[in-house]
Parts: sequence; C-alpha cells; structure tokens
Amino acid sequence: MEKFSKINGLVAPLDRANVDTDAIIPKQFLKSIKRAGFGPNAFDEWRYLDHGEPGMDNSKREINPDFVLNQSRYQGSQVLLTRENFGCGSSREHAPWALADYGFRVIIAPSFADIFFNNCFKNGLLPIRLDADTVEILFKAEAANAGFKLDIDLEAQTITAPDGTVYSFDVDPFRKHCLLNGLDDIGLTLQHMDEISAFEAKHRAAQPWL
Amino acid sequence: MSAQTLYDKLWNSHVVRQDADGTALIYIDRQLVHEVTSPQAFEGLRLAKRRPWRIASMLAVPDHNVPTINRAAGISDPVSRIQVETLDANCAEFGITEFKMGDIRQGVVHVMGPEQGATLPGMTVVCGDSHTSTHGAFGALAHGIGTSEVEHVMATQCLVAKKSKAMEVRVEGQLGYGVTAKDIALTVIGKMGTAGGTGYAIEFTGSTVRALSMEGRMTLCNMAIEAGARAGMIAADEVTFAYLEGRPFAPQGVMWEQAVSQWRHLHSDEGAVFDASLVLDAAEIHPQVTWGTSPEMVVSIEGCVPNPLDLSGEKREGAERALVYMGLTAGTPITKINIDKVFIGSCTNGRIEDMRAAAMVARGKKVAANVKLALVVPGSGLVKLQAEQEGLDQIFIQAGFEWRDPGCSMCLAMNDDKLAAGERCASTSNRNFEGRQGQGGRTHLVSPEMAAAAAIAGHFVDVSKQ
Ligand code: SF4
Repeated sequence: MEKFSKINGLVAPLDRANVDTDAIIPKQFLKSIKRAGFGPNAFDEWRYLDHGEPGMDNSKREINPDFVLNQSRYQGSQVLLTRENFGCGSSREHAPWALADYGFRVIIAPSFADIFFNNCFKNGLLPIRLDADTVEILFKAEAANAGFKLDIDLEAQTITAPDGTVYSFDVDPFRKHCLLNGLDDIGLTLQHMDEISAFEAKHRAAQPWL
Repeated sequence: MSAQTLYDKLWNSHVVRQDADGTALIYIDRQLVHEVTSPQAFEGLRLAKRRPWRIASMLAVPDHNVPTINRAAGISDPVSRIQVETLDANCAEFGITEFKMGDIRQGVVHVMGPEQGATLPGMTVVCGDSHTSTHGAFGALAHGIGTSEVEHVMATQCLVAKKSKAMEVRVEGQLGYGVTAKDIALTVIGKMGTAGGTGYAIEFTGSTVRALSMEGRMTLCNMAIEAGARAGMIAADEVTFAYLEGRPFAPQGVMWEQAVSQWRHLHSDEGAVFDASLVLDAAEIHPQVTWGTSPEMVVSIEGCVPNPLDLSGEKREGAERALVYMGLTAGTPITKINIDKVFIGSCTNGRIEDMRAAAMVARGKKVAANVKLALVVPGSGLVKLQAEQEGLDQIFIQAGFEWRDPGCSMCLAMNDDKLAAGERCASTSNRNFEGRQGQGGRTHLVSPEMAAAAAIAGHFVDVSKQ
C-alpha cells in the first residue's frame, strides 16, 4: 500500500449527501476479475451520458458535461470534498478501489458510512471527518477560488487552507500509523516476517515432506 | 501435558505468534486456488509489488466455470472464460502448478487436492472456497477463506485467525444397508441446524466414522460447513495412510515412514475435553432427503414434508417460505415427490466410490420417463478415467444418464448445467439454497445411491429397502 504523509491536493467538490457505493462504482463492474482499473468507471452513471458496461473503451464514451468531475478545473484533483454519509450502501471494496484508482488520496465529509470508512484505510485513502460547518466553509472557499488546494498533513493531523487557516482532524492512532507507513493487513503481518521465516524453517525441518 | 484434542494439536503446531486477545498468525502449509476467488488476490499482489511467499505450497485448478461437455469448443460464456484464462495467466506468471482444463488431473478443487496427495495429515490447508473443510478428513486443519485472505496467505504464508471452540460429533455403531456418509452429514445438520456449529471446529469420531472410507470421510467433513463450522476433521489412521501412499504429492520411501510415524499422533488424546458434543447412534440414521431451502430442512426418506404449523417462530416462517419455493405441500410423503432432473457429482459426492455406488443402483435399469436429464459428473479427470476403466460410464449411459467431464457443474450452475425455474432435482451436492442450481430451481440433497434410485423411479425411493 502506498504511504501517506502529506499532500498539497487540488480539491473537487461533490455537493451531495448520501453518495452510495453503487453510485461510486455501479454493480456491473463487480464482475471484473481486477481490482485496479476501476478509476475510469468511478461515478460512471454521473460521468457519462451512456450506460457503462465492463470492457467498453471509456475514452470513446460521451462525457456528461454537467458532472462536476468532468470540468477542466478539477482534472488531477486528489481531494474529494463531499457531504454526509458518503459511501453508504453495499460493502463493496470496489468503491475505495475506484476512488483511489481515479487519483483521490483524501475524502473530506461530515460523516462516512462505516464499512466504507474502514475500507478506505486498507486502500491508502484518508477519509477525514470535519464538522458540517467547516465542510460548508471549504465548499464556499473552493467555489470562490479556481485551483483551490489544501495542504493535508497526516502526521500533524492538520488541513491548511490557502489563506493560512488551519483545521485539525482526528484519526485513530493505529490507522494513522498504518497509513504513514504504508501498511495494509498484509504489510502488518509482514512486520513479523522474521518470526514467520523462523517458524517456517523449524516447521519444515521437522516435516521435510511439506 | 494435559490431554489435547486433534484440533488443539493442529492449531498449536501452526501458531507463529499470538496476541494477548487471542488473535494469532497461523502458518499455512497448503493453499489450493481456483478461478473464482483468486483473480483479485493476484491483482493485489501485483499492485503492491509482492510475490507469493511459498509458491510450492500452492496448487491451482479451474473448476467452477468449466463446461462439462464439448470442451474442445472452449468456454462460451465470456465472463467464465475470462476467469479461467486469468487463472491460467496468473499461474504462468507466478510459476504456480496448475492443472488446466484439458489436464486429466483437473477436477473440483476438493476432489483434486486429496487425490494428488496434496492434502496430508497434520497440514493446515486453505482455499478461497467454503467447502475446504473437506480436507479435514485427513487429520488436517482446513479452512475456507475470502479473497482478501487468499491474498494474505499468498503474500505471508499465514492466516490471521482466532482459535475456535472444539466440538465432538461421535457416531457409534454400524450403518444400515444403503445408508452413507452423506446421510450422517444430513442427519447431523438436521439435528444441530445450520448454525449449530458456528464458532466450532468439529471433529467426527466414533466407530462409524472410523469404519468410513476416505471418500466417506471427505463427504462428512465437506458438509461440516453446512452445520456452520468452519472446519471439520477426522483423526488420521490406517485408512488415511493407505489412501495417501504412493500419491504424487505424498512423501515417498524413508520420508513416508517418517511422516506416518508423526501422523499417528494426529487424534484426540484419551480424556481430551471438548466444548460441546453430539452423539449419534448409526442404527438410527436413515437415508435423508432435504425438503426445503436450507440443508437443515431434512427428513428421513420414510418421512413426510413437515407441517410448518408444527414449528414455531422463525422456523415456521422459514418452513412456510421454503414450501412455497419448493412447490410442496405439508404432509406429502417424501416417496411421492416426483423429480425432473438428477445431478450426481460435486465435491461432496463426486469421487470414485460415489460413482460406484450410484452405478450399482443404476445397473441394468432405465432412467424414468419423467426425468428430463440425469447427469453424472465425475469430480476429476482421474475419477472419470477410473470409472471408465471399471465400466461405470457404460452402466450409466445404458441406463440413460449423461456421462460428463469433471467440474462443479450443476452444484452451483456457473456453467451451462442448471435447473430451469420450477424444475425439481435430486442432487448429491451440498446446498439447496434458493436459486443455487439455477433460478427458481428446486434442489433436494441426497446420497449418490438415493439420487440414482430416484432417477430410475422418477421419484424418491428408499434405497435401504431395495
Ligand atoms: S462442487 Fe460445489 S460446493 Fe464444491 S467447490 Fe464446486 S461449487 Fe463449491
């Protein structure tokens, strides 16, 4: 998993509450045998005017010009700013896969659905809960300034706006440690690599047929 | 040291480390891989630039999506085809041994593994498939796992797990004529319910279990998952060793002797304490037939479809819904239920002994006119070959059964073998959930003998009375 420490990221506003995982990545893409490559189908139904199916050449599809992420000023954005209960609905891990593959590193919202929130950390995405008033301030600031970027520092647990305002946020210490060090579940187990190797050597010496 | 259960022994000998809260890293000796639950795991490895920890511990086979007929033409459904091709490509990329669709050793993963001697006593075995419990029949600790765990085991050779409680299911005495391991399994599930084993690892013990062949033991452990247990197991003994000796992945020569002497300890010690137990008398087990949409909805062939009014609460609602789905009326004798299709196969009952048992019943008879399709799908290419050498294929074909190529087939209907809505099937598989064998399809779980007898009669009959 990619380490996360600091980013200076362009902010894209998705001004909707209750964005569910089926909107983030529609169910027809779940048949895929992959977990990379969902980025072009993130928010598929909102992003394109036609109905998306796996295997389509997305570069040839008709873009919905009204969808916010399609606007040129948001290309390359790394921070998704959105509203309450983001990531609700089915528990599919394809949703964080799609958002991370799209290029997002941080999602800021007043609240998140539980499973989605947990799945983000496993996939190198940092979900940040800020109170609804602060989120509203950020929406306004972004709207007033094209190219609006935020400095996000996980170590210090701060978000710094271009005008110098600093917002702090909470994060579970263990999850913070994992993100800072790029540790997913596998990474965590691999911290015990020496113990595993030592066990394996002994185990197989006693049972050489294994 | 105090007396240990088989489960204690298997668990303790694989703990790499354990946290204060009981979460442990368990070392995995064997990982079996199939096409449905592995692609994202391989992808995850690639994304994180990781390699499998121990490639030699892995063995792969496509089974869920393969066609059982006209294989030369390939797989027509594109989704199925891509899954199988992806498995081939992943195994080639990482250097994993795979028995591909055309290989004589290809088959249902839980038939193939033991047949190759890839499952050995004392091992921990995992696979991204719930019926991995099958391998516990060898005195092994075998778990089904999810895709993210598949990736975890690939990358670390370990599984994060907490120890379960231990349950003993003891069966004593001699099984009656026509009564099989499948009937023991269904009886146990009927008694315990599908959640009865939740949180437990089940060890099957007793004289009846010891008298079972390896095939029968695998059938029993295979269904442990349907009782809610993640693992089922049986102590290793002479029957186990005789089955394994000389198989390709089993140790040979001096090492074989060394292995067997260690394996002899793989049983629960005298006086070992279980957290729960169930005792059955073999004489009271009759051929079983499920009537509903959960394996616990089961009765003896001598019984009738139950009346939901005799049940209470959730069970009543469940039974009412099941009867509607199954198109059955309370009080109907099981022997009066006509069937449309028959499926003999799967990781529960697709082994050579199952083929023999079904053929014995079908020999010289004809499939009833009301039965539209009677499929026999051997569990592996080697089972198929062996059956053909014994002439079993001819017995089936002459009786009007279809003799197919190995795979999961109509057990879960991911290929073309399925039930149409409303069709009723006597099936030797392990799950009778709604839609399992095709949308709207109605599944009755039975033993191979019972399935063959139903095919001949056109309805369920009591093989123990024939
Ligand atoms: S035969 Fe059925 S239960 Fe067994 S692995 Fe295949 S699909 Fe699963």
